[in-house]
Amino acid sequence: MRWKTDTYTGWGRVHGATGALARPERASALEALIAEEPAPAIGMRRSYGDACLAQDRRAVDMTRLDRVLEFDGETGALHVEAGARIGDLLAVFAPRGWLPPVMPGTGFATVGGGIAMDVHGKNHHHAGSFGQHVTEITLMTGAGPRVITPEADAALFKATVGGLGQTGPILSARFGLLKAKGDVMVVTERRVKDWEQFLTLLDGSDATYSVGWIDATARGPALGRGILEEGETGGGLIKPAKRSRKVPFDAPGFALAPPIVRAFNQAYWRRVPEAGRTSVKRIDDFFFPLDKIHDWNRLYGRQGFHQFQCVVPLDQADALRNMLVHIANSGFASPLAVLKRMGPGRGGFLSFPMEGYTLAVDFRNRPGAVKLINLLEGMTEQARGRLYLAKDALATTGRIRAMYPDHGAWLAEVLAIDPEGHFATDLTRRLKLRETT
Amino acid sequence: MSDTWIILGATSTIARVMARQLAEQGAHLVLAGRDMGDLERSASDCSARGAASAQAVAFDARDPESFEGALALAETAEGAVNVAVFVGSMPPQEDMDADPGLIAGVVTDSFTGPAAFLTRIAPLMEARGKGCVVGVGSVAGDRGRLGNYIYGAAKAGFHTYLSGLRNRLGRSGVHVVTVKPGTVDTAMTWGMEALPFLAPPEKVAGDILRAVEKKKNVLYTPFIWWPVMTVIKSIPEGVFKKLKI
Ligand SMILES: Cc1cc2nc3c(=O)[nH]c(=O)nc-3n(C[C@H](O)[C@H](O)[C@H](O)COP(=O)(O)OP(=O)(O)OC[C@H]3O[C@@H](n4cnc5c(N)ncnc54)[C@H](O)[C@@H]3O)c2cc1C
Ligand SMILES: NC(=O)c1ccc[n+]([C@@H]2O[C@H](COP(=O)([O-])OP(=O)(O)OC[C@H]3O[C@@H](n4cnc5c(N)ncnc54)[C@H](OP(=O)(O)O)[C@@H]3O)[C@@H](O)[C@H]2O)c1
Repeated sequence: MRWKTDTYTGWGRVHGATGALARPERASALEALIAEEPAPAIGMRRSYGDACLAQDRRAVDMTRLDRVLEFDGETGALHVEAGARIGDLLAVFAPRGWLPPVMPGTGFATVGGGIAMDVHGKNHHHAGSFGQHVTEITLMTGAGPRVITPEADAALFKATVGGLGQTGPILSARFGLLKAKGDVMVVTERRVKDWEQFLTLLDGSDATYSVGWIDATARGPALGRGILEEGETGGGLIKPAKRSRKVPFDAPGFALAPPIVRAFNQAYWRRVPEAGRTSVKRIDDFFFPLDKIHDWNRLYGRQGFHQFQCVVPLDQADALRNMLVHIANSGFASPLAVLKRMGPGRGGFLSFPMEGYTLAVDFRNRPGAVKLINLLEGMTEQARGRLYLAKDALATTGRIRAMYPDHGAWLAEVLAIDPEGHFATDLTRRLKLRETT
Repeated sequence: MSDTWIILGATSTIARVMARQLAEQGAHLVLAGRDMGDLERSASDCSARGAASAQAVAFDARDPESFEGALALAETAEGAVNVAVFVGSMPPQEDMDADPGLIAGVVTDSFTGPAAFLTRIAPLMEARGKGCVVGVGSVAGDRGRLGNYIYGAAKAGFHTYLSGLRNRLGRSGVHVVTVKPGTVDTAMTWGMEALPFLAPPEKVAGDILRAVEKKKNVLYTPFIWWPVMTVIKSIPEGVFKKLKI
């Protein structure tokens, strides 16, 4: 049978959908499907909001199309099916000294999802976004596979990278892996005492991989304190992974109550000695620290959670600081907050990155948090910044249009390839992204 | 020297996962089936994941001439040769009720085709005196049920064949594992409603490789199907014929 009716959600579990899902296991099955009953492709549903949902409609789960089609051990050039998980590629190739060029914070994200969101990683300041490494994409069309490259199909390529799947299912892609010194990470963690020091350290860091963990509950002089993590690949021996754990049920509401979060953050911060420390970590522990706990999104309880993620230009750091003041005062923040400096690299018309600082904070879904996120979105717009569509569940059409000036160029390509809107998702409908005005 | 695994029906979901696990152990893989384009993709995947070699070869259970390719590769393989059979087909029972002409095909795909292949390769395996056969049957072969008794009958035939083959090959050091999966989350079952104990193919493939290692004779996977089928098999026919399960 081709279709199965199912109920599924985005990672934040605020938005969900009930609709028909297909899960082709080979290219020919995908081809027949797109020719007869075209529908948007989805990956591992690690987008927080509704980018991977199609309420009352059809969607195509790509996760069984996950094979490595070609690998050149000399150059690192790789051709993979788009349902392959980035963490799986890391596990296969890291022992041979090759890493996916860009890795988001979860190894469960697929290559297709990585391209369609043009994801960034801890090396964005050096390596740019995922899509910038992609040299060829095979789209599945009703008339069979169509190969596109940045040279021959510049506009369509830029509409596909970061394009939310709206140019059709990506069957496979070619990109280069990066040479690594080995398959362990040498990680330096530093305690950061406040906001000013955080910016100074981020600006001064020339590590290949860097990320800041920020205590979004700290106020007053401690505002913006956190831990800066810098990493380099290296060689060495290390213990094998512990078995991953699972969150077996939805946590009760009090699990992330403000005093608990504050205590957790305090302890997390103090874990790193005052003078900092350098240690050797497993490569997946460094890149995907949360993947060890399966279904951790259930910790936020039944009503789910939101992640607010914005990026603002370098000269708008004060605006970001103001946002943090609001967040810290609200008492709504969860333990997980990330601050990072981004480079200018972006591969598509609707790509998120811009040169500046990006802040990501999780909030349990409740009215106060939604109001706060609304405020933060307005502040982002004011600061000439941008919201990340992979995380968004709440933004409005006007705001997103203002933040994505190349929307028109993207839409022209999308309408040319899919005039009837077969590949629309709940996100493109909510934000009216496929409408001209 | 690495073992060789000939996988019949290598496009099957479970076979693909098992081939991947074998590739990671550095085996030589022969991926046999009908969809050559798809088999080539799986062969590339296995090579990239560490297989000593991986190649696609045409095989159609309904066409004995197509057996030659895989048999020839077995001849030239060094070391132990293992065969895993995943071939099978399960059209809806109603379709077969409406068109009994379909029955022969189901029996060929799920039983007589693979049996003919195994019978042809058996002397080679006996001569080498090592290796194993994995035959994937089904819990559906344990009892004829209203919903799919033709498929079940073909699988039952295959189970009996495998038991005889074990009796024969065991004498020369070749082991035969009969695998009886319950319901597995594959292309075959996608969209069927309310499947009990639906297992991921990774779990089933892992269980199969462990059974090979431990030289188990009959494997129910996931294990819960052993007690379930023990109960179902023990229901007297007089009662069973009135049930709809
Ligand atoms: C814990 C966690 C950490 C994260 N960290 C980061 C981070 O550091 N950086 C970052 O950039 N992102 C990050 N993300 C977001 C995540 O990387 C993206 O949402 C990514 O797109 C998820 O991939 P997926 O396979 O789950 O895609 P889905 O969420 O299923 O889909 C995302 C979009 O891609 C499209 N799509 C998926 N597959 C295809 C395909 N084959 N063809 C065409 N379109 C397709 C869908 O239509 C949808 O629009 C994180 C998410 C989590 C849960
Ligand atoms: N899924 C379950 O719940 C379940 C439960 C119990 C037992 N099983 C058994 O497990 C095995 C694998 O099934 P699956 O679930 O992975 O489903 P599947 O993907 O549909 O696999 C069936 C395989 O059989 C092949 N095949 C069918 N007729 C053939 C022929 N004449 N010649 C060559 N190959 C042929 C198919 O090849 P093509 O790609 O060319 O069609 C396909 O590779 C089957 O024997 C099935 O009966 C499955």
